[in-house]
Amino acid sequence: MSTPTLTKEAPQPVEEPVLRKPSTRKRLVPYWLLLPGIIWLVVFFALPLVYQASTSIQTGSLEQGFQVTWHFQTYWDAFTEYWPQFVRSLLYAGTATLLCLLLGYPLAYLIAFKAGRWRNLLLVLVIAPFFTSFLIRTLAWKTILADDSVVVDVLNALHVLDVTSWLGWTEGERVLATPMAVVCGLTYNFLPFMILPLYTSLERIDGRLHEAAQDLYASPATTFRKVTFPLSMPGVVSGTLLTFIPASGDYVNAELLGSTDTKMVGNVIQSQFLRVLDYPTAAALSFILMAIVLVMVTVYIRKAGTEDLV
Amino acid sequence: MRWIRRNLVVIAGLLTLAYMILPNIVVMVFSFNKPNGRFNYSWQRFSLDAWKDPCGVADMCESLSLSLQLAAWATVGALVLGTMIAFALVRYRFRARGAINSLIFLPMAMPEVVMAASLLTLFLNMGIELGFWTVLIAHIMFCLSFVVTAVKARVMSMDPRLEEAARDLYAGPVQTFLRVTLPIAAPGIAAGALLAFALSFDDFIITNFNAGSTVTFPMFVWGSAQRGTPVQINVIGTAMFVLAVLMVVAGQIITNRRKKTATA
Amino acid sequence: MTDNNTGGDVRLTGISKAYGSFTAVHPLDLTVPQGSFFALLGASGCGKTTTLRMIAGLEDPSTGTIFLGDKDVTDLPPYKRPVNTVFQSYALFPHMDISENIAFGLRRRGIKSVKKQVDDMLELVQLGDKAHHKPHQLSGGQQQRVAVARALINHPQVLLLDEPLGALDLKLRRQMQLELKRIQTEVGITFVHVTHDQEEAMTMADQVAVMNGGRVEQLGAPADLYENPQTTFVANFLGTSNLIEAEVLETGSSGGDVLVTAGGGKLRVPGARCTSAVRQGGKVLVGVRPEKISLAHADDAGSIADGRNRVTGRIADSSFIGVSTQYVVNSPAGAELQVYEQNIERDTRLVPGAEVVLHWNPAHTFGLDAAQDIDAGVETVEDAG
Repeated sequence: MSTPTLTKEAPQPVEEPVLRKPSTRKRLVPYWLLLPGIIWLVVFFALPLVYQASTSIQTGSLEQGFQVTWHFQTYWDAFTEYWPQFVRSLLYAGTATLLCLLLGYPLAYLIAFKAGRWRNLLLVLVIAPFFTSFLIRTLAWKTILADDSVVVDVLNALHVLDVTSWLGWTEGERVLATPMAVVCGLTYNFLPFMILPLYTSLERIDGRLHEAAQDLYASPATTFRKVTFPLSMPGVVSGTLLTFIPASGDYVNAELLGSTDTKMVGNVIQSQFLRVLDYPTAAALSFILMAIVLVMVTVYIRKAGTEDLV
Repeated sequence: MRWIRRNLVVIAGLLTLAYMILPNIVVMVFSFNKPNGRFNYSWQRFSLDAWKDPCGVADMCESLSLSLQLAAWATVGALVLGTMIAFALVRYRFRARGAINSLIFLPMAMPEVVMAASLLTLFLNMGIELGFWTVLIAHIMFCLSFVVTAVKARVMSMDPRLEEAARDLYAGPVQTFLRVTLPIAAPGIAAGALLAFALSFDDFIITNFNAGSTVTFPMFVWGSAQRGTPVQINVIGTAMFVLAVLMVVAGQIITNRRKKTATA
Repeated sequence: MTDNNTGGDVRLTGISKAYGSFTAVHPLDLTVPQGSFFALLGASGCGKTTTLRMIAGLEDPSTGTIFLGDKDVTDLPPYKRPVNTVFQSYALFPHMDISENIAFGLRRRGIKSVKKQVDDMLELVQLGDKAHHKPHQLSGGQQQRVAVARALINHPQVLLLDEPLGALDLKLRRQMQLELKRIQTEVGITFVHVTHDQEEAMTMADQVAVMNGGRVEQLGAPADLYENPQTTFVANFLGTSNLIEAEVLETGSSGGDVLVTAGGGKLRVPGARCTSAVRQGGKVLVGVRPEKISLAHADDAGSIADGRNRVTGRIADSSFIGVSTQYVVNSPAGAELQVYEQNIERDTRLVPGAEVVLHWNPAHTFGLDAAQDIDAGVETVEDAG
């Protein structure tokens, strides 16, 4: 064994200490990993938005071609012509989101805290509908809400439809082809997107917190209000976003379950793009929708104070 | 009354569940219907005709197979690109992290119809012919963010010491990735794959804009809603539902057994 | 590796590590003799783990060179170094069973028949019956032994242990300390052990390097460090020290005692045990370990032998802990002086409030440079528990 040696400060360095730089190859690793995926998103997500922006300020016709003429008037025209559809989109999507939260929370709570050994089965049942194409399932609502269906008969007998008709949600004894049918379809379609994030954040809550709250004189209702709900906020925020964003641009439910009076902005964009072929108007509409949604989402996230959504 | 109040959450939860399951039951029941006319919306009488001849409708099974292929390729594409991004985000420091994070978050925060329309503008401007490839490009694009999110969550919870231990024990970078990183990240990657497959297979809006004359299964259903809904649609929907539930149940049984033998 | 008989010292020359503007390890030179059990001791954030990781190759040093024997390994990646690590919290591969975990290193080096070696290794760590369990089915102590086996099977030149016992409870930790020491003696490999637990370092290691703020404060055998601390940090971090601020009255002849004054009393310090040059009228920190001090009631002051250092004071607190009683004494020379008295003949008069005289053999006194922080290393001792 040689004797251990130590010099506290490095001895008079014979030469200047060489600073070792991490190799260039090592430093570039993250960029190589990011490159393909980011290129994909830039070319097929960001670039298209630029093209769309340019399309929205073009004028011309399908036959003669479109030219960029900085014609911002299109935005104003599109908005003034289709503002009812915008209002409807936001109203329907907002209502559906609220309904999803009201309906989804008890189920997520049930699965997280009360299901015991049934938990996995219930989770499967929440996810299982996904495996049948959502279009097929949405068509099933046509049967469920048909004029002579059991559901409508029951609602009629309970005079529920009298109230909803008075509110303008349904028309007479009909449910199909009314705003209520569209909202009902939207709610149905996006419920799993609400329940899963809710469940995830509820499941993380330590059950002992409930006991602690009750030990500290909180009633079950207060426990929920002061402990459980605040702790589930991340789930509430991401659930509402995952519901509201796609719902606001949806046109399938309005098309299949609604009527011409329930058209949403998605329907307009779809028909302008694919049938009328008025690209500038369609592009402008799509940009307005995007702007509205992004602004609302940003404000909402700021208010809710949760940054870690994804 | 007290019983009701005590179990209010359970009752409300189960009602929601019923609301979510009801359409699937209707789809299943109406797969045994024999409708009068072209639309399968009201019950007439019991029949096994559609089950006996699931591909009896022109073009339907072709569209189904197309959708499956599309979903498979979109999953592979999104998985490769997304896993790479997820690893870079969690494991490395680099410039422009904020910008890259937003680029990944934005597709999820944008109504589908906006992405669909803008992508169509790109293809039209570039003069690219719409079809299988444009749809595949679109599907990889919107699945990517979801894969990144799923894989990232898993990689973040991984102990980086495990990889250091592998390198310490004579495993080079490739060996470390294959023998340690990948197996441990597998659940996250599998979750991402499942999500990508489901999203792609069931996508309608983006496909509708960018498919041209290519008909995926959701496009076929959409078209039939206008032209007349064949009972076979319900057969396919029911079969997929039952298959998926069976697969989940089987998986559950297998993991339970493994757990039992492991502890025995 | 089979070549662990050829000159296998670990030599660090001018090794440092900086993260941006933060320097985790200041340039240091260190030689770990082959076959020794070497401990790097310090509080969290002192740079000990970074130093260890640089030896393992998991961290690139900012400056300096690392030699294993005569070989410069500074630029070798970890998988090419004949060095293995036992990680904090073990880092066992959760998807592999115990025998696969242990065989991992051998397989990566292309060795096909590993069964015999794995079985031997399981035997060494006494886990023969757990070969096909998954890591999560094992207790903390068992996982720790698997981690040791997984590293040792490769016959590394050096085994690095990064707080390997930190996650275990006290009793198990004591047991594993002996176990690790036994294994080290058995296999004769150099162990470099990182720990914040001074007791652990002293029980296990032949040589201890005490680190603080990215620098090595002192290096030596455990008893030497304890008896002759060179800095207040070492004095306080290793065990407990009573440090008294004093003024030098007489420097004395070379090798003779230095006479100092503190709180009105006079104390003697062997000149050879002063770390810095003392000059008349200068300040010095006088140190003495609590167990070296005897306690007498003020009434018995006359019976204390001449030539011993004395400090008078009043007992502020006493606590009985079985083998000994610990007293806290306030005196004009210093507040809260610690005294450990063995419970042989207990003097019932020694209760809080009693006037007492502390006395000890001047040879047990050491002198430290007064320019240092007198409390350095004090709080971290409590963290280390």
